[in-house]
Amino acid sequence: MTGRHELLALTGVTCGYVDEAVLVGVDLTIHDREFVGIVGPSGAGKTTALRVLAGSMHPARGRVARRPGLRMAYVPQVETINWSFPVTVFECVLMARVTGRRLPWASRAERAQVADVLARLDIGDLADRHIRELSGGQQQRVFIARALLGEPQLLLMDEPTSGVDVRLRHEIMHLLDDLNSRGMAIVLTTHDLNGIAAHLPRIVCLNRSVIGDGAPHEVLNADVLERTYGASMQVLEHGGMPVVVDGYRRAHAPHHAESHHA
Amino acid sequence: MIDELLRPFDFEFFRNGLLVATMAGALCGAIGVYVVLKGMSYIGHGLSHALFGGFAASSLLGVNFLLGAGAWGIASALMINTVTRRRVIGSDAAIGVITTASFALGLALFALFGTAGRSFDAALFGSILGVGTDDVIAIFVVSILAFALIFLRYRALLFTTFDPEVADVAGVDTARMDALLTVVLACSILATMQVLGVTLVAAVLVIPAAIARMLTNSFARMLQFATGIGAVCGFVGMNLSYHLDVQSGPTIVLTAATLFAIVFVTTGVTGRRRAAAITARGPVAAR
Repeated sequence: MTGRHELLALTGVTCGYVDEAVLVGVDLTIHDREFVGIVGPSGAGKTTALRVLAGSMHPARGRVARRPGLRMAYVPQVETINWSFPVTVFECVLMARVTGRRLPWASRAERAQVADVLARLDIGDLADRHIRELSGGQQQRVFIARALLGEPQLLLMDEPTSGVDVRLRHEIMHLLDDLNSRGMAIVLTTHDLNGIAAHLPRIVCLNRSVIGDGAPHEVLNADVLERTYGASMQVLEHGGMPVVVDGYRRAHAPHHAESHHA
Repeated sequence: MIDELLRPFDFEFFRNGLLVATMAGALCGAIGVYVVLKGMSYIGHGLSHALFGGFAASSLLGVNFLLGAGAWGIASALMINTVTRRRVIGSDAAIGVITTASFALGLALFALFGTAGRSFDAALFGSILGVGTDDVIAIFVVSILAFALIFLRYRALLFTTFDPEVADVAGVDTARMDALLTVVLACSILATMQVLGVTLVAAVLVIPAAIARMLTNSFARMLQFATGIGAVCGFVGMNLSYHLDVQSGPTIVLTAATLFAIVFVTTGVTGRRRAAAITARGPVAAR
């Protein structure tokens, strides 16, 4: 991380809902241009961590430091979107322009900006469609478009590939790679260790607190994964990439590739 | 025939009533869009009942109805909003306790001390007979405030209604938006109570918005349609109230319900799918 500037840092963050702490003593720093994946089992606090980073949740203890003037955008899980809400793609994307102009209708410049960002994401011809009338990939792109309209320096995404097929997962990851290569820092949460996390430059293993933090070959090992998921997992290597296999499947598999034990 | 239809316009009380009903329909239609889409229908229903307690207390104490019930309604609205946001106890339970206790208090006060000033029936079911200049002024002022809020904070209200968590991250003060919306809702119910009645105002909040939802997939158009539909239902319903000699609240609600049925049938599967979606709730808890 040498030479990179801090965008956001959590120090000793503890927070949760009502009387239940979901995160305990979390330390996490995000630098500019980083691409970070937060992994962990269900209920580990991945979404909560993202909410704390985004500022929509405040920690009960600990400190959140953001670079002054940091522009962030948050893309929620598609499962949490109310797809029945009467809103067109254009109206949805324009929501990002909530500060500044107060008039309900878009200015000529705003129309051009929305058209530009939709075209960049290959959904330029869908502006007048209702959000539910789109395919899964198009729906995800609409919410990425809304995020991009705010020209964020840090993009926070909650499970951007949950419930999508392999082709769509590749499509979304190519898009995010492209945005990251243009200088945007990205933090996403994912359940997908092999399809997503193993391909990211940095992984944070989370289960209420940070269990491991580093490059995939540093954190994707049996010890860290067992402490994160509370279940036995093995890590194989395929084409130079770590491949995580759960213990149950490995015990019944007829052939084993070379395995790396912590 | 035409003379018969125009005859009520000779009476000032009818002209006042018609003006208030039309404006009340437009106002409730517009506010109802947010009420329906935010899943606040129960709050609207509860608030109208809560206001009845303020109505009874102000009537008993001889305090100006709009001021007494208004203060009561705004206090109830803010209390409901706080409970709903903080989720200390189940919001449905909290709203139920606050609003039905207030309604029961109103009934008890009327039973113990009788009525003074405004009629009990008019408060419950609406009446054009009691509509005076102060009601016209009240609905006019509340309408200006409500439409100014919708116009000037359109983007923030839309974002808060659709996606409050992301709106928060984008810099929208969603708590303030929710509080403003709830206070405007309370004021709207208060200003329309004379013609609609506390028991029926919730229907006028919900039905025009539901009809508009069946007609469009765009939020901006839904807002415009609901406002227009509400105004038409108020106008037609008030005329029917005079000619059929039925209280104004029921005729306005029945006009709206009839229009709902017509649109429901004529828009076919598409309209029905959109109408069914109204009950679909938004954000799901995630960790």
